[in-house]
Amino acid sequence: MAEATANSGPHAATGEEEAPQAPPRVTLSERMLRIGVPVGMFALAILAWHFYVVINEVPHYILPSPAAVASSLWNDWGTLSPALLVTVRITFTALFLALVGGVGLAIILVQSRWIELALFPFAVILQVTPIIAIAPLLLIYAPDTQTALLICAFLVAFFPILSNMVQGLKSVDHNLLNLFDLYGASRWQTLVYLKLPASLPYFMAGLRIGGGLALIAAVVAEFAAGSAGAGSGLAFRLLESQYRLNIPRLFAALVLLTATGVAIFGLTSLISWLTLRRWHESAVRREN
Amino acid sequence: MNLAVEAERPKAPSQGRKVVAMRGVSKVFSNGTVALTDMTMDVGPGEFVSLLGPSGCGKSTALRIVAGLGAPSSGTIDWPSSKINSRGLPEGDVGFVFQEPTLMPWQTVFGNVYLPMKLRGQSKQAVRGEVMDMLSLVGLADFAEAYPRELSGGMKMRVSIARALVTKPKLLLMDEPFAALDEITRQKLNDDVLMLWKQSGVTVIFVTHSVFESAYLSNRIVVMKARPGRVHADLPLDPPEHRDESYRVSEQYRLTCARVSEALQDAIHGRASHG
Repeated sequence: MAEATANSGPHAATGEEEAPQAPPRVTLSERMLRIGVPVGMFALAILAWHFYVVINEVPHYILPSPAAVASSLWNDWGTLSPALLVTVRITFTALFLALVGGVGLAIILVQSRWIELALFPFAVILQVTPIIAIAPLLLIYAPDTQTALLICAFLVAFFPILSNMVQGLKSVDHNLLNLFDLYGASRWQTLVYLKLPASLPYFMAGLRIGGGLALIAAVVAEFAAGSAGAGSGLAFRLLESQYRLNIPRLFAALVLLTATGVAIFGLTSLISWLTLRRWHESAVRREN
Repeated sequence: MNLAVEAERPKAPSQGRKVVAMRGVSKVFSNGTVALTDMTMDVGPGEFVSLLGPSGCGKSTALRIVAGLGAPSSGTIDWPSSKINSRGLPEGDVGFVFQEPTLMPWQTVFGNVYLPMKLRGQSKQAVRGEVMDMLSLVGLADFAEAYPRELSGGMKMRVSIARALVTKPKLLLMDEPFAALDEITRQKLNDDVLMLWKQSGVTVIFVTHSVFESAYLSNRIVVMKARPGRVHADLPLDPPEHRDESYRVSEQYRLTCARVSEALQDAIHGRASHG
């Protein structure tokens, strides 16, 4: 090949198993840097928090030390873990429904201009209304609190996925559409082989946003609902700890929520990277 | 669709039958722009026809109408030697190469070339050999599993050409395919296209705005005129069978270029046709 490519990455024209050809030492120290710096900084922050509390003798009902939070996490696990499970279940169910609904509706919307125009006002109204404001209504209409929370989280996660997906389905290369026409592709073939794969990067952006929002919505909706009892999630445990001035447990619940958020972010980013790494610019490292 | 479909024709030796016949084809866009007026052109089997003209002369529009991408406002397109489908198009008999490579970035080189067959419902196993043969022909057999972003501009264009030819079409339409490439790559690809044309016997309609490219490739050049787009001159050429670097500096090539260039200048400055 006279014009063999210069910018081909380590994977160019080779199998999946091909190891990166960069010198391993550089990669190793680079990796140490990428992990070491954030971890070290985080440890330092926790240490600073610890010494601040110890030196100033801050009472634990104002600001507990990291150790107190950790021990509360351990001791109250029996109370916190069912609540965590409830919140996680609501979040993921809502996200799943939002993915199915968002992608499905987006596909319907782009089929015809009529449908799009007809549904447009509803989409805008639902998108600009702070969904939390309809939580009290949902509590009346929904058969139980859990369902109301689920609907809230679903509505919040639904729109970023819908609007990203619509944008993606509309951003297909016109010449590729022409090509599919030329070869007499059916509507179904054009959707499955062209429009859906072409909108994957948009879908992934929607997934990452929607995943984060679903958790936020699940928590905020529970605040609004103020539910109690056995079936309640982490947000209720947070409020409860505040009423009882059990601040270490409040912090423990917060830590769990943060960990859940980080896990969702990590998971959605991983899915996105796995799907796009071979072909989309967003997932490929730039080499100059 | 405004295409005339002639189901039954008298049996003629297929060698002499036209591949495509345009009769008085005009195109007016919805904004009122007259892109093409009264274009009549027959293309015979095995011809290499270039449509040459300044921008706005309707050469790309003509090509797209032939491909069935947008119906003509008036006039007819006939396919005397092809079976015609319900949309008035000779399905599977036309390959198209766009100005950009127009590859699916999420598919490998193999997947991109396999596409026309996949859309026909042929399984990957059944056509693997054909696809790989086509890739070897354009020199990309080793890159079957590479993704488009890992290829250079010239290689992407080869993939695009392979995809257009993999169904063994009768007619290959090329819309300024090498306009964005550097001169060296462009000359290499010109030679490759000539080689593929000779080997496969495909009929080619090639849109370009380069006098030198059209003079090198074609055995017939249709010079077009802008505002409104129309045919200015139809120049038959008689190039040698074998063309290579030495032909590029030969007296014959120089004379051909001079003749084509003159016709193009006439078209641009609105003088009467010589050809």
